[in-house]
Amino acid sequence: MITSDEQILAALKRGDEAAFIQLVELHQTLMLRIARRYVRSSAVAEEVVQETWLGVLNGLERFEGRASLKTWIFRILTNRAISRAEREGRTIPLSEFEPAVDPDRFRSEGDPYAGGWKAFPASWDALPEERLLARETLALVGEAIAKLPERQHLVILMRDIEGWSAGEVCEALEISEANQRVLLHRARSKVRRVLESYLEPELVLT
Amino acid sequence: MTCQELTEVLTDYLEGVMPPEDVARLEAHLELCEGCVTYVDQMRETIRTVRALRVEEVEATVPDDVVEAFRAWKRGEPLPGT
Repeated sequence: MITSDEQILAALKRGDEAAFIQLVELHQTLMLRIARRYVRSSAVAEEVVQETWLGVLNGLERFEGRASLKTWIFRILTNRAISRAEREGRTIPLSEFEPAVDPDRFRSEGDPYAGGWKAFPASWDALPEERLLARETLALVGEAIAKLPERQHLVILMRDIEGWSAGEVCEALEISEANQRVLLHRARSKVRRVLESYLEPELVLT
Repeated sequence: MTCQELTEVLTDYLEGVMPPEDVARLEAHLELCEGCVTYVDQMRETIRTVRALRVEEVEATVPDDVVEAFRAWKRGEPLPGT
């Protein structure tokens, strides 16, 4: 099993087909999933991923190892997916500001406790242990994530589902650390809101 | 720090990138505010739930065209479309 970037690169440059196939197998599923967020159909997403691998092979000699191999591949992928989306006439909207919590939940200006909770959120501790991880809950969370704006979707997918570091996501998406955090914040806050309204009927409000 | 402010800066706190003086303000707020303690717990539970969506990768199929491209590249042939 080849693991480090140096080993993979050396194997590829030697023309080691098994190493290449191993690399494709490792990333293909997530690449298709990401490409699909940008373009109209699965068929086009497959083309974009294929083009990405051609781009990877063509760029291999020039790859300097400043980014990791993984984030470099995903950067090529997102660039290709974005230009394909633009050719299809789609634009990737910037996330607009959206409060983490509905402002109506807080006391308004003029109130001595302005910005404080009108009513505290209900604790989820009372829920049965397995409630949050139940299949139905996970399906709901999956749906909520699928509905997020593209960039929020990609960031929460890479960070929380795939377990990438913040730095890797910044490199792959060519965004700043601050921007990455804003997108992650919006995405997680949205998922929390969805969970909260879903679980509310089961909680004894205090 | 108000409760509303806390909900907007929480990710910076959880990500460990908040300046120490802001961390102190946030933690001082949590000492006094049960509602925000609950909110922070909910956010941690939310993250844990999202993480549970990770699935073991099903074996990806490698398209023949991609393997062909690798063989062509190995022979030093120009690749299409790049």
